[in-house]
Amino acid sequence: MGFLDISNVTKSYGSVEVLHHVDIAVEEGEFLVLVGPSGCGKSTLLNMIAGLEDITSGGISIKGRMMNGVHPSKRNIAMVFQSYALYPNMTVGQNMTFGLEMHGVAKPARDKALADVAKLLQIEQLLDRKPGQLSGGQRQRVAMGRALVREPDVFLFDEPLSNLDAKLRVDMRTEIKKLHEKLQTTIVYVTHDQIEAMTLSTRIAVMNDGYVQQLGTPKEIYDTPTNLFVATFMGSPAMNILPAKVSMIEGVPHAEITNSPGQTTSLRFSQANMADWAGKEVLLGIRPEALTDPEGADRKSRNIASLQNTVEVIEPAGADTFVTTTLGGVNIIARMRADTDVATGRMFGFAVNMEKAVVFDPKSKDRIEP
Amino acid sequence: MAAATQDSAVSSGKITRVFIYLVLLLSALFYLLPFFVMVVNSLKPLEEITGGNMMALPQTWTIEPWLKAWSTAQIGVEATGLKPYFLNSILMVVPAVVISTGLGALNGYVLTKWRFRGDTLLFGLLLFSCFIPFQIVLIPMATILGKIGLAGSIPGLVLVHVVYGVGFTTLYYRNYYAAFPTELVHAAMIDGAGFFRIFWRIMLPVSGPITVVSVIWQFTNVWNDFLFGASFGGQTQPMTVALNNLVQSSTGVKEYNVHFAGAILAALPTLLVYIVAGRYFVRGLMAGSVKG
Repeated sequence: MGFLDISNVTKSYGSVEVLHHVDIAVEEGEFLVLVGPSGCGKSTLLNMIAGLEDITSGGISIKGRMMNGVHPSKRNIAMVFQSYALYPNMTVGQNMTFGLEMHGVAKPARDKALADVAKLLQIEQLLDRKPGQLSGGQRQRVAMGRALVREPDVFLFDEPLSNLDAKLRVDMRTEIKKLHEKLQTTIVYVTHDQIEAMTLSTRIAVMNDGYVQQLGTPKEIYDTPTNLFVATFMGSPAMNILPAKVSMIEGVPHAEITNSPGQTTSLRFSQANMADWAGKEVLLGIRPEALTDPEGADRKSRNIASLQNTVEVIEPAGADTFVTTTLGGVNIIARMRADTDVATGRMFGFAVNMEKAVVFDPKSKDRIEP
Repeated sequence: MAAATQDSAVSSGKITRVFIYLVLLLSALFYLLPFFVMVVNSLKPLEEITGGNMMALPQTWTIEPWLKAWSTAQIGVEATGLKPYFLNSILMVVPAVVISTGLGALNGYVLTKWRFRGDTLLFGLLLFSCFIPFQIVLIPMATILGKIGLAGSIPGLVLVHVVYGVGFTTLYYRNYYAAFPTELVHAAMIDGAGFFRIFWRIMLPVSGPITVVSVIWQFTNVWNDFLFGASFGGQTQPMTVALNNLVQSSTGVKEYNVHFAGAILAALPTLLVYIVAGRYFVRGLMAGSVKG
């Protein structure tokens, strides 16, 4: 039984089920991120936790108290909206204390809470302004302040950073993380940005088509994605997926990748149970950072395969250089050190860290566990 | 392409501008002339009108016709002037405007932020009232007013105008609130505000422009209405009906100067409302129609 318990929750609009049997237990102080593409049901789930949408079946409880049918204001939650949803006719101070006022908190206590939070967020000088006079970043702070003032059991964030420009988004991301580490509050955070999900969360729920595809720590999600969707959704650039056939060479399973009829590349699997798949087709997943120049390869890895291939596109990104090449008929991206000596159109010796490779069943799209 | 059109707009600017101003000036004159005639003649003694030029300025200025129209002119069978009827109109128009605007705002709020099954249908039905001609409802309305005991009274007239006005005011507020972010309502719900608190503290404070539109629209319509006033006014007839009685009286000399003064008196409140709030009117109409 978690602090926030979502058990077997479904949501239907008419006959269309948009969320299917979601089970998530969030511990106190956890930072859970719901991530997924548009329309995956993540915002619907958040709104159900908030009480803004009805629960079709299943139950949501906070601190052991069943929340089905409980009014949003009685759940002791606070929400930060994508558009911030600041009341335009009230000052920042009034915005932040409106919830306390509605809950019948006396004026001196309200002022005290307001002063504390304003200090924490460094927005003391903004308290008398109207939301229209604030910049995007300031509005974002005020929206968070309004949530913090209430001292709720659970914070709900609905894509709070998506209206900010790129630089401010990174700053506010750090800010939110700092705040969470300081206050140790329970947070449920919705985003479609997988980098936000990776950096902020203590656990991630990757959602697609109304299903929770995988629930785990950022490291689990990144290193051992449960299926092809999670593997390709999380990580930027996305994981390279290569069609391959498992063949036994000297009794050891290898991934045999066909570049053109008769011309194949073989990479040795680190995963021992691949022998069971001998002769069958699989999908081989290799992250860009597991495909590097030989000097940049992970020295701790016990299975670095080398691969001669033609460099097609070079994209210098400052810290890294992304190199595109074609293998097994698909474009794959390698992440190299910035000063790697590569040239377009030339052959280059790539290093493949097969220890980090993951393998998927092409039929079920699920990962083949070692 | 855009640059080219801008160039031609600049080069032909002067001639076009003169032409535009000329047309505007003529239009303004066209509309101001009757008002000028009314004001000028209401400030003349009667002999100057009957014996002279309608367009000429008064030779002897007098406010006698105004005073007469206001307090001593013969209206129907009594020589009371327009004063008591003016009061009737005020007593009718203020509650009618306040109630219909308030209901419209509430309807708009419910229809956009507390959606329910069949709300669009209900809105469509409400809109019908904007298109029903007055004459059609006269007899059923008379029956209903009689049954609830409000026939021939100011509250009866208020009721009629509220019922008729609510369609329009609902339309205004619904379209205005449709552009109002629902996230704000959700935020207020989480903050613990109830149905009326959200309306009062969050929605109404930002409804200024559309309220001006609604008030002007309702005020003008209710004040200028003649048919309902004549049909259901009874002993408490509004200004418009009294003005008609003043001007249409067939006994004695036609006192044109008094008639002119009376007509201006009857038009004055709506004129004032336009002058005071007119620029918000246009702004509010735009705000309701364009999202963002």
